[in-house]
Amino acid sequence: MYSDCESPRIGVYVCHCGTNIAGTVDVQELAEYAGQLPNVVVSREYKYMCSDPGQALIEEDITDHNLNRVVVASCSPLLHEPTFRRALGRADLNPFLLQMVNIREHVSWVHLDKQAATRKTKDLVRAAVRRVSLHKPLEKRRVEINPNVLVVGGGIAGIHAALNLAEGGKKVYLVEREPTIGGHMAMFDKTFPTLDCAACILTPKMTSVGSHPNIKLWTYSDVTKVDGYVGNYKIQIKHKPRYVNEELCIGCQECITACVYKEGKTPDEFNLGLSKRKPIYLPFPQAVPQKVVIDRDTCIEFKSGKCRKTCIEACGERLAIDFNQTETIDEIEVGAIILATGFKTFSPERNPHYGYGRYPNVYTSMEVERLINASGPTGGEVVLRDGKHPSAVGIIHCIGSRDANTNRWCSKVCCMYSLKLAHLIKEHTGAEVFNFYIDMRTPGKGYEEFYDRLLDEGVHFVRGRVAEVSDWAAHPSEEGKLVIRAEDTLAGFVRRVPVDMVVLAVGLEPQADAQNVRRLFNISCSTEGWFLERHPKLAPVSTFTEGVYIAGACQGPKDIPDSVAQAGAAAAEAQSLIDARFVELEPYTASVLEEECSGCKSCVPLCPYQAIAYAIDKQKAHINEVLCKGCGTCVAACPSGSIRQNFFDDEEIFEEIEGVLAYA
Amino acid sequence: MELKRTVKFEADRDPEFARWVSQTVGGERIRHCLQCGLCSGKCPLSLYMDYTPRRLMHLSREGFKEEVLGSTSIWLCTACYACMVECPKKINVTHLLYALKERAIEEGRYPRRFAIPIMARQFSRMVRGRGRITESWLVVQVFMRTAIWRLLGMSRLGLKLLRTGRMPLRMETIQRRAEIATLLDSVATTRKELAL
Amino acid sequence: MKYAYYPGCSLRGTGRAYEESLLAVFRALEIDIEEVDDWNCCGATTYMSVDELMSYALAARNLALAERNHVDLIAPCAACYLVLNKTQHYMREYPSIQLVVTRALDAIGLRYRDLVKVRHPLDVLLNDVGVATIAARVKVPLKGLKVAPYYGCQIVRPYATFDDQREPTSMDQLLEACGAKTVRYPLKTRCCGGSQKGTLPEVGLDLIHYLLMEAQRNGAEVISTVCPLCQFNLESFQKEAGDRHHPTSVPVLYFSQLLALALGAAPDEIGLQRGFVPIEPVLAGREIAYA
Repeated sequence: MYSDCESPRIGVYVCHCGTNIAGTVDVQELAEYAGQLPNVVVSREYKYMCSDPGQALIEEDITDHNLNRVVVASCSPLLHEPTFRRALGRADLNPFLLQMVNIREHVSWVHLDKQAATRKTKDLVRAAVRRVSLHKPLEKRRVEINPNVLVVGGGIAGIHAALNLAEGGKKVYLVEREPTIGGHMAMFDKTFPTLDCAACILTPKMTSVGSHPNIKLWTYSDVTKVDGYVGNYKIQIKHKPRYVNEELCIGCQECITACVYKEGKTPDEFNLGLSKRKPIYLPFPQAVPQKVVIDRDTCIEFKSGKCRKTCIEACGERLAIDFNQTETIDEIEVGAIILATGFKTFSPERNPHYGYGRYPNVYTSMEVERLINASGPTGGEVVLRDGKHPSAVGIIHCIGSRDANTNRWCSKVCCMYSLKLAHLIKEHTGAEVFNFYIDMRTPGKGYEEFYDRLLDEGVHFVRGRVAEVSDWAAHPSEEGKLVIRAEDTLAGFVRRVPVDMVVLAVGLEPQADAQNVRRLFNISCSTEGWFLERHPKLAPVSTFTEGVYIAGACQGPKDIPDSVAQAGAAAAEAQSLIDARFVELEPYTASVLEEECSGCKSCVPLCPYQAIAYAIDKQKAHINEVLCKGCGTCVAACPSGSIRQNFFDDEEIFEEIEGVLAYA
Repeated sequence: MELKRTVKFEADRDPEFARWVSQTVGGERIRHCLQCGLCSGKCPLSLYMDYTPRRLMHLSREGFKEEVLGSTSIWLCTACYACMVECPKKINVTHLLYALKERAIEEGRYPRRFAIPIMARQFSRMVRGRGRITESWLVVQVFMRTAIWRLLGMSRLGLKLLRTGRMPLRMETIQRRAEIATLLDSVATTRKELAL
Repeated sequence: MKYAYYPGCSLRGTGRAYEESLLAVFRALEIDIEEVDDWNCCGATTYMSVDELMSYALAARNLALAERNHVDLIAPCAACYLVLNKTQHYMREYPSIQLVVTRALDAIGLRYRDLVKVRHPLDVLLNDVGVATIAARVKVPLKGLKVAPYYGCQIVRPYATFDDQREPTSMDQLLEACGAKTVRYPLKTRCCGGSQKGTLPEVGLDLIHYLLMEAQRNGAEVISTVCPLCQFNLESFQKEAGDRHHPTSVPVLYFSQLLALALGAAPDEIGLQRGFVPIEPVLAGREIAYA
């Protein structure tokens, strides 16, 4: 159909785009002008080039006039370049023999002067006509995809994504840092708005994960290395030693009972330090896997080597305890990765005026969840540090959120969980409950109705951001109480509310190591630190790195329904990637002309995608076409000009520049 | 039974005042105020104000000049800056209060014999004339123009101060007195030139 | 160590004991100071309410005069400290203010090049001298004297240059280096009302009485202050506060007086006789004898 020695036969098509372009640019004049440029065989203008008849025009002309190059002057290539390329493809012309000229976003939408705008389009089209003559046919490359998937993070999002993929027949590796899966949801008592028991709805899913034949569950493990590219990732995973053989342990917990420590002395992480655990422990009763773990930092055997090891004795014939266990490493290959690493809560010490850490009866919402939970440190009794029940409780919204001094964003879930806590606290203690809020944010399904329900329960709602929590008494009735001072903005005056217990509704933040994780997986973070989605509206679970998906709170603060929805979405997108069986890569890649490469290695560290390797034997740089994204950095940087890029050859660019400068 | 009818029409707003508020030093971020009430919650004087700082912010940006310049709030503010430290939108509340105070004094909006603007005026006269303040004389001057009988009430305290050497009878003056007037006049001139 | 020194109007009037004791502390620690030549009133909060721009110009004159010696400027009075700092900040941030002030200084033959650093004595004592040096020079240990450290507003807000805005500890540290024990004082940075006691007496008294009540409630034997107006407010109206609210009788001293005492200065050197609530009984109760 074409050959490099054949002279170019170019078709130019100018789109009106309704009045979007034609309103400012004289499309008639432009088409006529283009028609008399060298090598232009046919030049047309049409109302909507991207429509079926518009595309048909191009296809027919290619056949009828034997065109071997096409220029379309219309909107941004980001919008319709694929459309016109497909049209060329249907007419048996290589799709890359097309050049688009943006005369909408770059001309008609930004200029008011019609004459000047039309002149500009002529310059641009002339440049495109000269460039397109030098276009070479290019082929998209296909790469096979490994059908396995890595899911990082075993909270509700990770669990849901893993189960989804596993049910679809994919092999899933679920890696979780803690000794058990479950994440934050396992710590909640009830969930809003239905007041479902969190453990009751979560544990069946956790058990499914633990027993699913397609899921390899690795807890107490970290991902340490990520190499490769979409469809072909090589992952290294490090397993921390539990000092308990997972194959042999049956979770009977006799070892815990038998431990030489009669009572726990180490703050229990799951109960947020409100109770103590022994060095040998199960994180919580429904942990999956139901295997005991030994904390080497607090175990006497590790500190002195002189423990009686009653745990081993109690384990008996099962012989599951192994103090000699070491770290092990696994290397796996997967085609897609889903990051579901979750969030952390805001540290309220950063806001000292709320008294966390100074006054013992100031708690965070997560701590109160544990108090309320029947399997928590107080058996479900909401009590103060001295064991007494509170008669008045203040719940303060927006701790750390919506604040230029700490985090600017709204954490989305706190209003709802504060309402939930108000309900549960009232139910458990009968205390007077005060919620101090700024706005009541209840947008989800059933959420406003939940707020309605709370309004009936006699909770005091005071609209006012709390200024301070303090123990100085301005009035005898305030002695011995924690006083919350806030303006009741709806009433219009300042109030001092004495309470026994203060609950801080802490906001959500990215995990402390989010930056390290995102670098490991080569994705981006937003300025606040949340993992960055490809598009905030249209691509919330994919990233700019092909094959890596994100789901749940690691992408931004969200509640359980949204986390699960995103997890399902990420699983579907991963599934769709894998089921396509191969990935087509755009051919804008760069390559090294070995004869001209001097082996200086300047390009190697510049590549943001680590696509350039230095071949020691040949002493030349080599670009992995599959990893290369065609950013052009190495092309520009190469001191000997020995790197060239498809579609952006020097000659092509120079022709385009000359075309612009040679104004008629 | 005393009834008061309150409805605010658009004509009751003063757009020039609203504009001045948002352009004055300290008022730049006033449109960001979420009305969260933290400033009022922090302010130790808000207990006495007719319009709490939060309400004042909203009234100011909407242009309700009468309410704002006639409020007690602007006189009660001691510029302790407690409001600004925690304001989640970083609004310069204290500075705006200063600007409102300045404007109220400029426009003469205060009751007769009100101590605060009188103190301000005497203070500025003394500084302009002598370069320094002699507290004892300042207090006397203010009381003489406001509530002269309170001077008698303060006499015990005055005697204590005198006795402990904390009330110098001679007025403090700097050597290069004239400089102060020159300095202040230059400010007035430049300000006019630049239409600040 | 050499510094420029800007006393401010109050230190020659109601705050005389502050200056006397501070100078005694500087002498004991060999801190060399030179008073700014022919300094003028900084304007304090009052002038700021009348005319901000003029207020900046007044403050800037002192900064320009102090700059000549190329040393840091110590401003003990809290209001002066704030106004000088604020002037520097606003001149940097707002070109219009800088322009007006520069021209005004020019009119009296001065130039300000933003070279001088304004320091509070607490800052200098804590960070330049250091707690260890001071502790080593204590001649009269304060033997666990219970002090409520009252910082007030202006040295911690809005500019937190040398201490934490919400939980300052510089004064606590210095007093403890002298053997005193600071009590818990949640109101340590709450406003005392400033000049409101004079202009709106009821309001002023309300603010003052909380500070007194809470200090007493926490077991303070003396309240330590950094500001002449705070010191005056807290000591002068205890009976009135007592009649209306809660009776208190707590001596109110400048932190520099306690420091000077510990460093061995004589009582009349440090203005102990100028206070309204005598400290002698408290000192006697603790068996703290002058050097």
